[in-house]
Amino acid sequence: MVVLKTREEIEQMKKPNRIVAQILDELAAMCKPGASTMELEERARELTLQFKVQPAFYNYRGYPAYLCASVNEEVVHGIPRRDKVLKDGDIVSLDFGVIDQGFIGDAALTVEVGKVSAPVKKLLEVTKEALDRAVEQCRPGLHLGDIARAVQSLAEGNGFSVVRDFVGHGVGRSMHEDPQVPNFGTPRPNLKLREGMVLALEPMVNMGTWRVKVLDDGWTVVTEDGKPSAHFEHSVAITQDGPLVLSQRN
Amino acid sequence: MVEEKKGRGQQKAQPIEVEGTVRELLPNAMFKVELDNGHKVLAHISGKMRMHYIKIVRGDRVKLELSPYDLTKGRIIYRS
Repeated sequence: MVVLKTREEIEQMKKPNRIVAQILDELAAMCKPGASTMELEERARELTLQFKVQPAFYNYRGYPAYLCASVNEEVVHGIPRRDKVLKDGDIVSLDFGVIDQGFIGDAALTVEVGKVSAPVKKLLEVTKEALDRAVEQCRPGLHLGDIARAVQSLAEGNGFSVVRDFVGHGVGRSMHEDPQVPNFGTPRPNLKLREGMVLALEPMVNMGTWRVKVLDDGWTVVTEDGKPSAHFEHSVAITQDGPLVLSQRN
Repeated sequence: MVEEKKGRGQQKAQPIEVEGTVRELLPNAMFKVELDNGHKVLAHISGKMRMHYIKIVRGDRVKLELSPYDLTKGRIIYRS
């Protein structure tokens, strides 16, 4: 069931999302060669405490950490590890969420570590641009398919591919609400966007094949061909005046 | 945090396999079977067994599949 939010609720959802954006900014600055993803996790825990909010991911369906840190060929749901150390030229997707007054804030970005190669840089730029274009589609009267088309056409037009086994989602009092928000076209007629929906848009764009697999830890999603993947996410409210990006970074 | 796409990797609920003794014959190839744990369930004979005219009478030991959704109904899949 799609839950529509009132204006007040959307206003309330700004806080957790802004906190997420702020924490992500701080974590992104720590992504230097030599840092382990566990260090990012520890910082995320400290900051969550400081902001007096609850983690949204920890224990969600048994997820063992506050943060998802997915390096290079890891697409999403990378579990932070002491021995996962960032190197020059890596990219790392940081996905984070908190709960404030019952509402969830959820956002992600992919960070360059040191100096990355030109094709990888392009991958990040395209994915970010895809998210921006997806956000632009969040207007009453357009459809879920318009979001998908915006992402898919840009990504595939640049020779990349879009992950199909994982999708964006509605967000609010629970992390995964209806509707599911795929980043690729589906033939079925799809949901019309309405004022009051809040969607977590999260294009995942792969350098090579769109096929992915889940590692034995039950969480970490990697590309099947081992090529890098980028991931950006915003939580966006659909208002009469168009998209309102709740998790806007400064 | 992304969500797994619906319909992917979601396994259908598997039936539970148990053994029991037929206690009563009912119309329409239905049976009352007493399981080894003492529960009595209503069971019908599987289509494959029907096709092969496997007869079941009172006192037979049988293997059945229980639906995980309704543990009072089963399907007889084997007569030992």
